[in-house]
Amino acid sequence: MGAIVALANLLDARQVWRGQAVPIVEGEQPTGWPQLDAVLPTRGWPEASLSEILIPADGIGELRLVLPALARLTQGARPVVLIAPPYLPCAMGWRQHGVNLQRLDIVDAEEKQVLWAAEQCLRSGSCAAVLAWPHQVDDRSLRRLQVAADTGRALAFVFRDRKHLANASPASLRLELTTAPHTAIWVRKCRGGNAPSQAIPFDHVHRLSSEGWNSEVTTHAVHQRMRGSLNSGLRRNHERKKQSA
Amino acid sequence: MLWACLLLPQLALDGVLRHRADDSPLVLVDGPVNARTVMAANARARAAGLHIGQRLTAAQALLAQFDAIPYDAAEVGRWQQFLAGVAYRYSSQVALLPHAIVLEVSKSQSLFGSWSTMERRLRSDVAALGFRHRVAAAPTPHGAYVLAGVGDGQTALSHEGMQRLLDDVPLSKSRLPTEPVDTLPRMGVRRLGQLLRMPRDGLQRRFGAGLLQAMDRMMGDMPAGLDLYVPPDGVDWHIELSHEVENIAALIFPLRRMIGDLAAYLSGRDGGVQRFLLRLEHRDRVVTDVPVGMLSPERSTDVLFDAARGRLEQVQLPAPVLALRLIADDLPAFVPTGRDLFDERPANALPFEQLRERLRARLGDGAVYQWSTTNDPRPEHSQRVAAEDEGLLEPRPRPTWLLERPIPWRGALRIVSGPERLETGWWDGGDTRRDYYVIETDLGQRAWAFCAPDEQSGWMLHGWFA
Repeated sequence: MGAIVALANLLDARQVWRGQAVPIVEGEQPTGWPQLDAVLPTRGWPEASLSEILIPADGIGELRLVLPALARLTQGARPVVLIAPPYLPCAMGWRQHGVNLQRLDIVDAEEKQVLWAAEQCLRSGSCAAVLAWPHQVDDRSLRRLQVAADTGRALAFVFRDRKHLANASPASLRLELTTAPHTAIWVRKCRGGNAPSQAIPFDHVHRLSSEGWNSEVTTHAVHQRMRGSLNSGLRRNHERKKQSA
Repeated sequence: MLWACLLLPQLALDGVLRHRADDSPLVLVDGPVNARTVMAANARARAAGLHIGQRLTAAQALLAQFDAIPYDAAEVGRWQQFLAGVAYRYSSQVALLPHAIVLEVSKSQSLFGSWSTMERRLRSDVAALGFRHRVAAAPTPHGAYVLAGVGDGQTALSHEGMQRLLDDVPLSKSRLPTEPVDTLPRMGVRRLGQLLRMPRDGLQRRFGAGLLQAMDRMMGDMPAGLDLYVPPDGVDWHIELSHEVENIAALIFPLRRMIGDLAAYLSGRDGGVQRFLLRLEHRDRVVTDVPVGMLSPERSTDVLFDAARGRLEQVQLPAPVLALRLIADDLPAFVPTGRDLFDERPANALPFEQLRERLRARLGDGAVYQWSTTNDPRPEHSQRVAAEDEGLLEPRPRPTWLLERPIPWRGALRIVSGPERLETGWWDGGDTRRDYYVIETDLGQRAWAFCAPDEQSGWMLHGWFA
């Protein structure tokens, strides 16, 4: 026990685990949101890995977050696949964001097949990005997606309800979108760096108006009686799918 | 002219063996019921002492357990036709001779390279399909046929070379009419060279014109008189399984062979296939049809096999399967997809088309699609499933998610922009009069909602600006 072991020998023998195992290289997948890029260690979406986006409800800009990257990929003739989206992707809306619809394939899959389809697409190596909306997904299946993304060198995005935030996840990047008081992005985990403690303002609304769409903004509130909670449409959609099946 | 001859000495046996996954002893038998003789035996059976020409009863005395399958001449013809289709890839002049295929290769050399290169490719093609073969080349088809019968790999590129090689061929292997071949050795003529130098008028008097004609065809002094092979326009192949198969997994091996054959046939024909039918045959002429359809014509073995297997694995077998049949009538032209020379994808990447077919095979034919926009302003009709697109761009904001059916919205909301009035659709009965607004809910969601014109109540939610 008294023998002195040089630290270098231990490191060479790989008996000591070092916190940062893989050196982080700056990727070439900017998110299109400069403030977000600035805090991410990869300066963009982590390449060939899984990114998890946690949302409290639908329609708060979760697609706007990934659309700049998807537009860039599809315009470069790289295929992007959506697996079991909760609603119909509106073709015109996506085109307005610069997505080339000829490179956007939508895959309808039952709940049980979503992960299989996502893994096939990621592993194939022929997709640039795969977006999936799995309903029930655990740590193990997310790890499979992460490995598949690494094998096929593809960007993987998984959209989930924010209630899963408490569960650990093997994703390289976990982002949470919050709406109150303003829409903001919280980086909950990013491989290769510490997650920033501050939220990043996510001003997708401003971009909407700056593009000249709503020049004549008529703002007045219409309050009606609240009935039931406005929950994520994900659940509603899965119920709809069950009914149609 | 240069003719290649592909001699297939064990066509019947190879045809049976290639559908069997195991190598248990096996013989093909033929003849009347009380005097069955062995026509062919596989390696395990030969090792046990069984040989061609043996009586079946004698064979049974030597080896207790072996499979005896009736020799089927029609089946041999079908395999020969199939291999002619494979050879058709290399030449437009392909003809069938007993147990052999001859093809003219000199005109294909500019495409495939010299004969030695082409020979290698031809051999590897036929070997990959599981057929034993011998190859020879000579300036005449019948000359090549004789040389292939003597030994493997005999090549004569000129008439003189062919003459030299033929001179040493024993008459018994000369494939000339049987009567002279039996008689001539008794006159001291044992080699083909001796026969070729004999006076022609004497030979004609002694053996008739048939022998001289056969010799002239062999040497190229007379047209070869072959009927050229014409590839069929459709595929209808049939495999009898050796036993009743009750689970799909046991069909995968014969299926792989069949799909491999289909791919070989398609590349010989320079075509593709978009739809084909797998027919599983049960007892009493009951069949289960498994249609396989793809989005575009394909001919790669992997894509076709993936698609067929995916469909087959979903089938519930009502009864054991006795035979498998593959029918493909529609064989459209095949255009290979262009690939980037500096492809950045990983080396083992699956082509996107193959991935798409794999997903469709498991999830259903309509499960993978693309949206394109139409010029109809009504959101319900504004997009359709199609690959081609008009590329319109709507100046007013459109959401990214569209609800399949609008749903009533009873929560609190704040109008962000609008209204955008849609008053259209009178021409097809789907009359629509709506005011669309971009609204924000108190959860911070941006939505696309409409209400009746000039009323700001009774909100219907139609999309999300996600």
